[in-house]
Amino acid sequence: MRDVAVISFAQETAVKDRERNEVEFISPVVRDAVAGSGIARHDIGFTISGSCDYLSGGPFTFVQGLDAAGAWPPVKESHVEMDAAWALYEAWVAIQTGDVDSALIYGFGKSSLTDIHEVITLQTDPYTVAPLWPSMVDLAALQASALFAEGDVTERDLAEVAARSRRDACANPFAVVSEEVDADTLLGRPVTHAPLRDSDIAPVTDGAAAIVIAAAEVAHDVCARPAWIRGIDHRVDAPHIGVRDLTTSASTRRAGEEAGALQGGFDVAELHAQFSHDELLLRAALGLSAETAINPSGGALGANPLMASGLIRIGEVFRRINAGEIGRGLAHATQGPCLQQNLVCILEGE
Amino acid sequence: MGAVRTAVVGVGQTRHVSARHDVSIAGLVREAALEALEDAGMDFGDIDAVVVGKAPDTFEGVLMPELYLADALGAVGKPLLRVHTAGSVGGSTAIVAAKLVMAGIHKRVLTVSFEKQSESNATWGLSVSMPFTAPLVAGAGGYFAPLIRAYIARSGAPRHIGHLVAVKDRRAALRNPKAHLHLPDIDLKTVEESFLLWDPLRYLDTCPSSDGAMALVIGAEDVADAAPGPAAWVHGTAMRSEPTMFAGRDQVNPQAGRDCAADVYAQAGITNPREDFDCAEVYVPFSWYEPMWLENLGFCAEGDGWKLTEAGVTAPDGDIPWNPSGGVLSSNPIGASGMIRFGEAAQQVRERAGDYQVPLKTGLALGHAYGGGSQFFSMWVVGNRKPE
Repeated sequence: MRDVAVISFAQETAVKDRERNEVEFISPVVRDAVAGSGIARHDIGFTISGSCDYLSGGPFTFVQGLDAAGAWPPVKESHVEMDAAWALYEAWVAIQTGDVDSALIYGFGKSSLTDIHEVITLQTDPYTVAPLWPSMVDLAALQASALFAEGDVTERDLAEVAARSRRDACANPFAVVSEEVDADTLLGRPVTHAPLRDSDIAPVTDGAAAIVIAAAEVAHDVCARPAWIRGIDHRVDAPHIGVRDLTTSASTRRAGEEAGALQGGFDVAELHAQFSHDELLLRAALGLSAETAINPSGGALGANPLMASGLIRIGEVFRRINAGEIGRGLAHATQGPCLQQNLVCILEGE
Repeated sequence: MGAVRTAVVGVGQTRHVSARHDVSIAGLVREAALEALEDAGMDFGDIDAVVVGKAPDTFEGVLMPELYLADALGAVGKPLLRVHTAGSVGGSTAIVAAKLVMAGIHKRVLTVSFEKQSESNATWGLSVSMPFTAPLVAGAGGYFAPLIRAYIARSGAPRHIGHLVAVKDRRAALRNPKAHLHLPDIDLKTVEESFLLWDPLRYLDTCPSSDGAMALVIGAEDVADAAPGPAAWVHGTAMRSEPTMFAGRDQVNPQAGRDCAADVYAQAGITNPREDFDCAEVYVPFSWYEPMWLENLGFCAEGDGWKLTEAGVTAPDGDIPWNPSGGVLSSNPIGASGMIRFGEAAQQVRERAGDYQVPLKTGLALGHAYGGGSQFFSMWVVGNRKPE
C-alpha cells in the first residue's frame, strides 16, 4: 500500500441557510482546501464528491457541484451517493492503483430544504418499512430504548454526552448548537422523542466540507505536518433492524478491526454520533479507552451537515494533527438507519 | 494500470423488459448477481466487497437503495460502495470495482447496477424544477436533440442516418434474448413514420425505459487463472468529467470524451481503434449518437462518423461492429446501461456472446458510457489475453 496523507481541510456550516445554494456552499471550501494543500487545482489528480439527491429534492445534485469544484480542462472525477467520507475512501483507492497521486474530496448538503428526518426514512425497505414511515429519529429512539432495556445505559449517560458535546462546541466556530450547560440542566428539559431529548439529537445543518489527500511523495513536499492514513475500512450491517442487535454495531467493530483501531492509543476520536447514545455505542464497539478525548469539536451534536458530516470527522482529526496538538486520532462516519453502515479511518502524525 | 492484473470472471444480467411486476428491486438485482456468481463459480460468501451503481434515486423513490439491498446482495459485514455519476454510472461503477482489485485491496468484487424504471417515470425524474436553477423539463431527449441538430448542421449528414442506426441496433437485438426490444419488422420506413418526439428524433430513434440489472464479478489475476470460465482482462480504464454549462464547451464533440478515449487507448496500446478493436459497445441512447461518438472516440475523422454508419461499417457484419448486443437503443435500465456496455464487451472477448458473437481477431473490445449533459465519460478496454 502507498502511504497517503490528509494534507488540507476546509468546512462551512449554517442553520437553514436561505442565501446560498449548494454551489455557493461548495465553492469556498474547495477554494480553501485547494489553497491549503499547496497543490495547484489542475495538478490534483482526482476529484470526487459525496452528496444525496433527496436533500435537494431533484436528480443530479452533484452535477452542479462540479461547477464549484472546477472541471476544465476535463478532470478524472467520480461521485458517491454516500457521505463524503466514502468518497475519501474511493480517492484513497484511486491513489493506491498508482493512477493518481492526489485527490480533492468534497461533500455537501442542505438538510434544511426539507423535513430531513422524515425524508431519510426513504432509506428503509420500500416494501415493508418505508410505508410505516418511521423517521430517522424514531428509529434512533428505538435503538436508545434497546440500550436502556439492556440496563448499561441511562438517561444521565446520554445527558452527560450531550452536555459535554454542547460545551465543547462553544470553541468550534462551525458548530450550530453550543452552550455552557451541565447534564442536570439537560435532564430538566422535556423528553421529545422518548427516550431522547432534543439535546440528544444532532441539529439539522446545511454545509459542505473539502479535503485534499496525497501520496507520500507529494505530501512531504507540500505539507509540514500531514496526517497519515494508517488504516481505513468500512462495513455495512443488515438493513432490517429486526435482525440486528441494536445494542452494538457489528459493522463498526469490524471496520475498526480492519483499520487497526483495536490497538488503541488514540488522543482523539471524532465519532459521527448523530444521537447521544450513538457515541456510547460506538465507543464500546471500537474499544476506545478513557484516555481518548471523544468529539472535542462538539461532534455531530454540534453540527451535522449530512453528506459532509462524516468527512468533517476526518477533517477535525487532521486539523489537530496538522496543528501539532495530537499524534494519533480516529475518525468515524456513519449512514443508514441505526448506524447501519460505518467507516473508520485512523490518522497519525509523523 | 495498477500493480494487480484484473479481469472480469463472471457476467450476469436480467432479461430487460418494460416492467418487472413479478420481482421487488432486491429480487431484480439478485437475478443478475446470482447469474454472475454462477458464471464465476462462486457464491456470495466468496465475495470480498460489493459495489452498487444506479442513476438518480428519484427513479425508484428509494433513497440510497444499496442500504436496503445490502442483504440481498450478500454485502452484510463487507464493504459496500454506491456510485452515482449520471448516465455513465454503470461504467464508472465497474471501474470503481476494478480499482479495488487493481489496488490489491480485494481479490473478488461483485459489482451490480440496475434501474427499475417502472417504479416511476424517468422523464419526470429528470425534470424536477430545482431552486436557483433554470428548469429544463425536457428529459434526456429534449436536452440532446439540439446537440444532434448542431451535429447535422456541422457535418452535413443526411437526415436518414439516425434512422439507419435505429434499424441496425434493433435488428442486432433480435439475436440477443435478453434485449428489451425485439422488433422483427423494423425498417427505415417504420422509423421514419414513427412520431416525432424532439426534432430530429422520432420515437424509434430513442431508447426504451427498461427494468433490468447487470452484474460483474471482477477478480485478481490468480482468481481469474483459477476461474472455471474464460476471463476478460482489463487493459485500461478511464473516466473524465467536464462542467455542464460554460461558453468554451463543445457539447457536440466534448473534450472530456476525447480525453477519456485517449487515456484508455494509451493504457491498452490502441493506436487505431477501428482496426485494433474487434467490436465496441458504446452508449448510444439516441440513434444519432452513433456517428457523433464514432468521431468523439476517434474511429474516424471529425465529420466522417455518419459516412461509416451509412456504409454499414458498424453493422454486426461490418469491419468494426458497434453494439452487436443491440445497445442502449434496445435495452435501457438507465443505471445499468453503462455496465451492460462494459459487460457485453467482456462477453465478446470471452466468446460468450452467443448468437451475436463477433469474430475475434485482436481479442480487444471497448466498453463506453456517458451521462449528464454529455459531460461524464467512463470507458474500459477488455481483452482475451493478459495485459503486458
